[in-house]
Amino acid sequence: MAYVAVKGGSEAIEESIKRLTFERIHTQQVLEIEAIMAGMQGMIDQVMSESSLYSELLAALAIKQAQGNMEEAVFLLRAHRSTLPRNYYTRVIETDNMFVERRISASFKDIPGGQILGASYDYTHRLMDFNLLSESKEAMQKWLLEYEQESQHSSGALTLQSLPKVVAFLQKEGLFPTYEEDQAEPLDVTKRSVQFPTTRSERLQILTRGQTGAVTSLGYAAIRGYGAVHPTVGELRVGKLPLTVAYPMDRTNDEENDLYIGQIKVTEVESFIPITTKNEKNEEEIEFEIGYGICYGQNETKAIAMSILDQALENGNQDYPTHDEEFILMHIDSVESTGFISHLKLPHYVTFQSKLDSVRKIKKGTIQHEK
Amino acid sequence: MKNKTHFALMDEGSKKEIRRATLKAVAIPGYQVPFASREMPIARGWGTGGLQLTLSIIGKEDVLKVIDQGADESVNAVNIKKLVHHTTGVETTTETEDATIIQSRHRIPEVPVTEKQIIVLQVPIPEPLRLVEPSEMKTKQLHGEKEYSGAWLMLFEQIMKYGKTATYADHPVFVHDRYVMAPSPIPRFDNIKMNDSKALILLGAGREKKIYAVPPYTKVTSLAFEDYAMEVESFAGKHCSLCHSTDVFLDELVNEETNVTYYQCNDTSNCLATLNEKEKVVEVGIGNA
Repeated sequence: MAYVAVKGGSEAIEESIKRLTFERIHTQQVLEIEAIMAGMQGMIDQVMSESSLYSELLAALAIKQAQGNMEEAVFLLRAHRSTLPRNYYTRVIETDNMFVERRISASFKDIPGGQILGASYDYTHRLMDFNLLSESKEAMQKWLLEYEQESQHSSGALTLQSLPKVVAFLQKEGLFPTYEEDQAEPLDVTKRSVQFPTTRSERLQILTRGQTGAVTSLGYAAIRGYGAVHPTVGELRVGKLPLTVAYPMDRTNDEENDLYIGQIKVTEVESFIPITTKNEKNEEEIEFEIGYGICYGQNETKAIAMSILDQALENGNQDYPTHDEEFILMHIDSVESTGFISHLKLPHYVTFQSKLDSVRKIKKGTIQHEK
Repeated sequence: MKNKTHFALMDEGSKKEIRRATLKAVAIPGYQVPFASREMPIARGWGTGGLQLTLSIIGKEDVLKVIDQGADESVNAVNIKKLVHHTTGVETTTETEDATIIQSRHRIPEVPVTEKQIIVLQVPIPEPLRLVEPSEMKTKQLHGEKEYSGAWLMLFEQIMKYGKTATYADHPVFVHDRYVMAPSPIPRFDNIKMNDSKALILLGAGREKKIYAVPPYTKVTSLAFEDYAMEVESFAGKHCSLCHSTDVFLDELVNEETNVTYYQCNDTSNCLATLNEKEKVVEVGIGNA
């Protein structure tokens, strides 16, 4: 009970905060922001994605301040986000124009434009590299020099921009229906709380902000047995997208006058998911649907899992929890889930007293009844 | 890159949006108004709904009191108070009478509140029907149709099983004979204070993104049957070991040395006030808790 003493709370928490600072700095190693930005891209990407704030610098700062604790880092950035006015929306981006760093398809052996492996852990052996215990700058420079010389000899320049989408080939064959583009303004879930049933724009926003682990686990459940999704990764892309906003003073809304505000790195996934439909003659046919996943940075597992959940929620089969939008969307946000779980550490003695009172009265009643 | 914090933390656009939702909530007593709910520098589940309400309504002239489970000095109350003070510079107090805004988790102060005060309650689960219906879409419909059999059945089943209603804190209330509302996990002892309250009561659920309200002088009744009234927590024959009050909500404590159960006021500020009035010099420190 000491932590709810009538007085003394203020002093106690001051000391607790001091202790936290002590734990962070007592070895007197300054963790440079540059070092985090240079060597922890995976973590930065995940923090930016879950906090839905794209800034490598701020993400690195959050990671430093949170001592590498993911949920804390995301929490810090989200809270910071609340202090910023949001004045503009960027123009809609066509991801066909992505400057591609990596692009693979699991549905076709060869795709026009080619399979571009880029940087990935997929083809590494997960063996501990003990050499990294004593990595030197000189060795780095030597490796880089050799790498540069090697790449000079490599033949043929690749086209990395305006690569065609794999889904376009399926559309040509009539295996994937061509839909009219939906020009409806997306609803911003950070400005208006979601109401059920949701629109797809709301679902995609919540999924892309979702905690990586939660999105992955639920996506996994949807393909393992608690769902009816059997996807093939039609196309996975990692690359940079240029962002522009309309020139605020320009009333003509002419895209020529747009302002370029920078670029973001994203992972984009289009999963092909077979579904059974009925044609005009009432015969069953198989068609493909697309599950769409996109997230900040390079986080391929999350993007694929998101594409699975997107399709699952679009169809909304109530037999499976993974197809229930309230079940998925209300429980995957890092700040919300970690917040509510951690609030159990708060004192609950008033509510518990109320519970005790109720239980005691019932017990008393039962005993009297038995007499 | 260093940022100066805006007055009351949030940008003005966000605060306006919250105030609009609040006005709607006041206009429809007991109805849960959805709002966007910003992430706060304190965790979801730790009072972010209440905090957003406080930050959006607070002005430079306000005086703030924050309590958590009855205590001004509980860690989370201290933390919230500190945050609001840092970002607004407003004065804080532990005296219920001096405060213009009282943010509270799970208690309504013992001292009667006035028309000049606003009570902001932190809410974990704003939906009184959540236990009987997990889907938000369906509960919204049930409220729309004033279809509250689920809530009544819950009480009825308790009577069948236990011979009496067995709700804990957060016993559902009827607001203005229209909406069934979760009063937030205040003890049943405090439900009665909501009825005909002189102060405006605002309730905020940050994680669940809902704001609702009980305007001053609104009829609030606890859900109960004619022959099975809601029973408040009983402290009959017990008194506060410090100020000897009897008509207040008490915390149950155990003396570590003698193993004897004793009681102490839950509303710490009221306890201190009573003590001061009695002019007894009693040092209330960590050692006593």
